[in-house]
Formats: sequence, structure tokens, C-alpha cells
Amino acid sequence: MQSVDVDRKDNKSVEDKRFKVLENAIKRHQYHQDALIEILHKAQEIFGYLEEEVLKYVAQKLKMPLSRVYGVATFYHLFQLKPKGEHTFVICMGTACYVKGADELLKVLEEDVNLRPGETTPDGKVSLMTARCIGACGIAPAAVIDGRVCGKQIPSDVLEKVKNCLPV
Amino acid sequence: MDLKELVEIGEKQRNSAKKIRIHCCNAAGCISSNSSAVKDKLEIAVKEAGLQETVEVAKVGCMKFCGRGPLVQVEPAGTLYEQVKPEDAASIVAVLKGEEATAKTGNANHPFFTRQMPVVLENSGKINPEKIEEYIAAGGYQPLYRVIYEMSPNEVIDELSHSGLRGRGGAGYPTGLKWATVAKMSGEQKYVICNADEGDPGAFMDRAVLESDPHRVLEGMAIAAYAVGANSGYIYIRAEYPLAIDRLQKAIKQAKKLGILGSQIFDSPFDFKIDIRVGAGAFVCGEETALIASVEGKRGNPRPRPPYPAESGLWGCPTLINNVETFANIAPIVREGGDWYRSIGTEKSKGTKVFALTGKVKNTGLIEVPMGTTVRQIVEEMGGGVSNGGVVKAVQTGGPSGGCIPADALDTPVDYEHLRELGTIMGSGGIIVIDNNTNMVDVAKFYMEFCQQESCGKCVPCRAGTVQMYEILDKIYHKRANIADIDKLEALCHMVRDMSLCGLGQSAPNPVLSTLRYFREEYLELI
Ligand SMILES: Cc1cc2nc3c(=O)[nH]c(=O)nc-3n(C[C@H](O)[C@H](O)[C@H](O)COP(=O)(O)O)c2cc1C
Ligand code: SF4
Ligand code: FES
Repeated sequence: MQSVDVDRKDNKSVEDKRFKVLENAIKRHQYHQDALIEILHKAQEIFGYLEEEVLKYVAQKLKMPLSRVYGVATFYHLFQLKPKGEHTFVICMGTACYVKGADELLKVLEEDVNLRPGETTPDGKVSLMTARCIGACGIAPAAVIDGRVCGKQIPSDVLEKVKNCLPV
Repeated sequence: MDLKELVEIGEKQRNSAKKIRIHCCNAAGCISSNSSAVKDKLEIAVKEAGLQETVEVAKVGCMKFCGRGPLVQVEPAGTLYEQVKPEDAASIVAVLKGEEATAKTGNANHPFFTRQMPVVLENSGKINPEKIEEYIAAGGYQPLYRVIYEMSPNEVIDELSHSGLRGRGGAGYPTGLKWATVAKMSGEQKYVICNADEGDPGAFMDRAVLESDPHRVLEGMAIAAYAVGANSGYIYIRAEYPLAIDRLQKAIKQAKKLGILGSQIFDSPFDFKIDIRVGAGAFVCGEETALIASVEGKRGNPRPRPPYPAESGLWGCPTLINNVETFANIAPIVREGGDWYRSIGTEKSKGTKVFALTGKVKNTGLIEVPMGTTVRQIVEEMGGGVSNGGVVKAVQTGGPSGGCIPADALDTPVDYEHLRELGTIMGSGGIIVIDNNTNMVDVAKFYMEFCQQESCGKCVPCRAGTVQMYEILDKIYHKRANIADIDKLEALCHMVRDMSLCGLGQSAPNPVLSTLRYFREEYLELI
């Protein structure tokens, strides 16, 4: 069908466009090597995660060894080298959230939907992550669900929100 | 831009203010509980009531009582509303016409508020952080002007030294002394860095300052740059704080536009520009040498000191690094004088300190109190004691580098010296209340897991030691350990403390040593 064809073409050009956007960002930093972390942030924002292709591209543009780009990408926890799920659940495991029962939130997800921190459901729908304090300690336990900060979470609610993202 | 124009901007802003201002919290905590919708509905309600001539709705920074958000406060009356829902808006506006309130009112005369002494947070919850005019109307940027035109760099540093201000990032190093060291260094290029990495879990003071009053931090940095002779600055901020990053960017843009940042500030020969660098989730990057490596785009590995950043920092140049709250204290000190500042606090710890009060306490939120306030006043009077009727077992300060204050030491005044005597540290300002339902071995284990995961791996004592300490703690917690393991744990603590390269490793044993000191029986019960 025609639409499929169009889709495929679009994907290809979307891909190219993304490298273009990245190149522009690198240009804005005047190809400065010390902007590597800024550029990786941008790359992750554009591509969703840092695939090898992207790291190679950055290394080439900044004229630095791939090992250095890779070294930086793996040092910082926020850089993801693997694709994320469609929905992301970040449970805060900072102290304030921990003493308010954040581990219960993780426990229920592990027990009921077999999802552990750092994992993505096999269907690629939901990724679960933990954070080290998101600065919302006043409303602990806190979570960031698809980029939105949510306070005073209880296990049953979080479980339901995750289940809502999964096909029945 | 000169002083007259600055004053005029402030006057214009003040004159345009309406008689009644409804303040609506717009910091991250309250936004997550839907305060933006509350604000929209309040605006509609004001219009529907036909009060737009006399009433305005303003989004402001943190109003401190984060645990009961979203918060709304009607000024000048001071009526406070808690846990406001969008549908409460009409009722809050109706009260202005003399009707009864149906929305939940809070007690603005509670010790949680009345015991506070706002210096750093003087504008927080009062001005719109996204409008430079409101900061100027509150007297902002006049200290910077005065410094440039009326004081020599040395006079600024003398005033600061006299104030007794000590660094709020954790170690409490005298700020005046640090500035003097950088100022004395020769060299064309110097830098000023603001440490906004706020890595301690359970701490959100710097976040609140940046989200509520970003210009105050920029002004503090600019005064510092003038005093030490720098023309370029960076704010290193963690990526977990997107709203703070956004507000800083806006603030920098606004200040540049008015000629308060950039070249020839206030038409003087003084230039100072500020760039933002966003972290990427590594606790160790809060350590100053690691932070500098990260600003340079490298892995955040600490390096041995000396040389200190003051001598050789960013790209090998003399660099002044201070914490957000340290910079936030500068403008008031210049405005009110060092004498005023040193009249607040205790003998060796001057001024106020902002704390994030969290954990098992009724009133969670942000507090700013004079140094020397006791832990009991903070936890029981201001915090209202333990939530759900439990009793305080301990209070944790200083995060993964700190320790516990046991319940029988609650009358200790909070300052650098007294906390150190108890075996903990002031740290950056997280106060976490622990009740009798929490096991202290679990707390120690929690922090050790944190340190183990955040160790950068550069030196062996920390990399291997934190793993081993964690394993022993886990063994004890799961009742698989024997008494010899506790001795081994203590020996490891001393080894890691004495042999590690940077503060992370050196202080990682603190939570264990502290819980062993005060709660040894909880360890022994599990043997
Ligand atoms: C592991 C580690 C983490 C740190 N994290 C922070 C931080 O998040 N924020 C901060 O201001 N200082 C932090 N510090 C302290 C800084 O190294 C530095 O002393 C401080 O920024 C100096 O500013 P001050 O003199 O204004 O306190 C950390 C230190 C260590 C060892
Ligand atoms: S003490 Fe730990 S964090 Fe610090 S340099 Fe050594 S391994 Fe890295
Ligand atoms: S500990 Fe969870 S938000 Fe701070």
C-alpha cells in the first residue's frame, strides 16, 4: 500500500534530519570538545538514546577518539546506551523517599509485573528506572512518570499506572 | 543602565502592582500537584468577580510548606490556603468580597513560619522568579551597582570576611578567605563557578533558591567576579532540575538585556558573562575538582588537591567555586553590611541556614533559621513532630557524608561545630527525620549502597571498600553475620576514611560509624 511506502521514506528522511539537527547543535557549540556533555544531552534528546552510530558521529565531528566519547557517555548515569520504553517510570530512591516507603513501590512492580529498575518490559512499553533524589522530597515518595513529577505515590496507584500502559 | 534607571524600573514595577496580590506557588513541588491549573482558575475567578482592577494573581517561587501544596497566599492580608484545588479558586476570590472561605486555610502563624528568618529566601514565595523587574523592585541589583561604583575589590572581600559567612556546600570553609585567595592569584583569566549540583538525596534547598529567585544567585556571582577579578562564570547544575535550568536561562537573558550581565556592566569597565553547564547524573561531580573536569567535558573524576581550584582550576586558571546558597547570601551582606550578618547565628557559625525538612515529620518543607536553632525546635516545633504519632529516633544530616543525631541529643544547636562534635556534619542542609519504625542498620546500608554506586572508581580504597562495607551491612541486615564482621566493618571504615582520594570516599563511612556509635545495639540484635 502506498501509505506504507510513504512511511518508510519518511523514516529514512527523519533519520537524516535528526543527524542534521545534531550537527546544528554541534555547530552552535563551535565544535568545542569541552561541550561534549552538552552535545550528548542534545543527541539523547533527539535520538532517545545514544546508539553507537550517534557516538561515532559525535566523535568524528568533535575530532576526538571514540573511546573518549564512549568514556564520557558511560560515566554519567543519565546517558542511556540502550533504547528506552515508550513510557518511562522513574521512582525516586533518595533518602526522603526511601524512608517514606519508595522501596514498596519497586517491590510491587517487581512482584506484580516482573519489572525491575533498569529494565524495560519485553514489549518495549514501559521502562523502570530509579533516581537519586529529584528535589521533590517535600512530597515524598516521588516519581517522574513520562517526564511529569508526581508526589505522594502509593504502591497500588503506581502499579495501576504501569498496568494502564501495558496491553491487557 | 545607571542607578537611576535601575531604581526607576523598580518603582514602575511597584506602582503597577495592584492592591491585592494572590500568590500562587510555582515551584517544582507545587507544580507537580497541579498549581498551574489553580493559578489559571484563580485568574478566571478574579475576572468573573470583576476584581481585575484591584486584584492580581502572581506566580511566585517556593512558599516553603511543600508537604501541603499547592499553596496560595493572599497579600497583604497573608491568608494562607493549603492543598488548593482548581475548584477552590472561586471561593478564595469570594473571600475578598467578604464571604466565608470554603477552601482549606493554613496557619501562617504556625512556628513553621514564624521561627523562620528569611535572608536567602527573602524573596522566595513573594516575587515572580521569571520577571527581573520584580527582583529589581525588591531592591535587587543595587548591591552589585554599589559594589562596582563605590567599593574596591578588597573592600568587598573585607566586608565578606567580616560577615563570617562560611561555604554552604558542606565543608563550611570561610568564604572571604576563599575569595581573597583567588583575588591574590596573578593571571589574566579567572573563573567563577556556582556549584548547583545538589547531589545529597533528601536536599532541595538549592533547587528552591534557583527556582524561586534566580537573579539573587546571578548577582552573588557577579559581585564575586568583581571581587576576585574574573570575567567569566559557569553554573553547573544537575539535569534533574529542568525548571531551575529554564529559569536560570531566562534570568541570564533578562539581565544581559538590561546590561547587568555581559560586557560593561552598568556602563563600567567590568565584564562578566555566565554560561550554564548541565550535569548528567553523577553524585561525585558535586566535588569541586570532579565538577571542573565535567565542565571541561570530561569524565567527572576527582583529582588530588593541592593544587586547589583557587590556584589551578578550570583549564588551569584560578577558579572560585561556591555553592548556590553561599552566592545567595552575598547581596544581602553587601546591602546590610557584615556587622548585621555576624549579629545572626552563633560564635563561629554566622548567619542563617536553609534546610530541607523531610522524612517522618508532619510538616515537610523548606525552612531558613538562624544558626544555633536547636534540632528540637526544628523537628518538634516547626516540623510538628513525627507524622502518624510515632516518636523521633534520630535525625539524619549531611546525607551520605553525614551521620545521625540521636533523639537524646535533640537540644543540640545546629551549627558547624556542634554537629561535628556529634559525629555528623551540617552538609548542604538536608534534615531527615527517622522514627522508631526505621531500622538504623537499614539506613546505614542505604547510604553505603549509594556511595558504592556513586564511587567513580578512580581509587581502590573507595571503589573496593564501599562494596565490601555494603556486603557486610547486607549480611548483618539479613542476620547472616557474626560479631567478627562488625569489627571488620569498623576496620574497613577507618581504612576507607583515611585512604580515599576525595571527599566521597573519605566520608562514605560516616553513616556507618555514626549508627555504630549511637545504635550499636541495633547491629548486635541482628547478630
Ligand atoms: C562527593 C562530594 C559531593 C559534593 N556535592 C556538592 C554539591 O552537590 N553541592 C555543593 O555546593 N558542594 C558539594 N560538594 C562540596 C564542593 O566540593 C565544594 O566544597 C563546594 O562547592 C564549595 O562551595 P562553598 O565553599 O560555597 O561551600 C561536594 C563534595 C564532595 C566531596
Ligand atoms: S574516593 Fe571514591 S569517588 Fe573519590 S576519587 Fe576515589 S573512587 Fe572516586
Ligand atoms: S529523596 Fe526523593 S525527591 Fe528527594
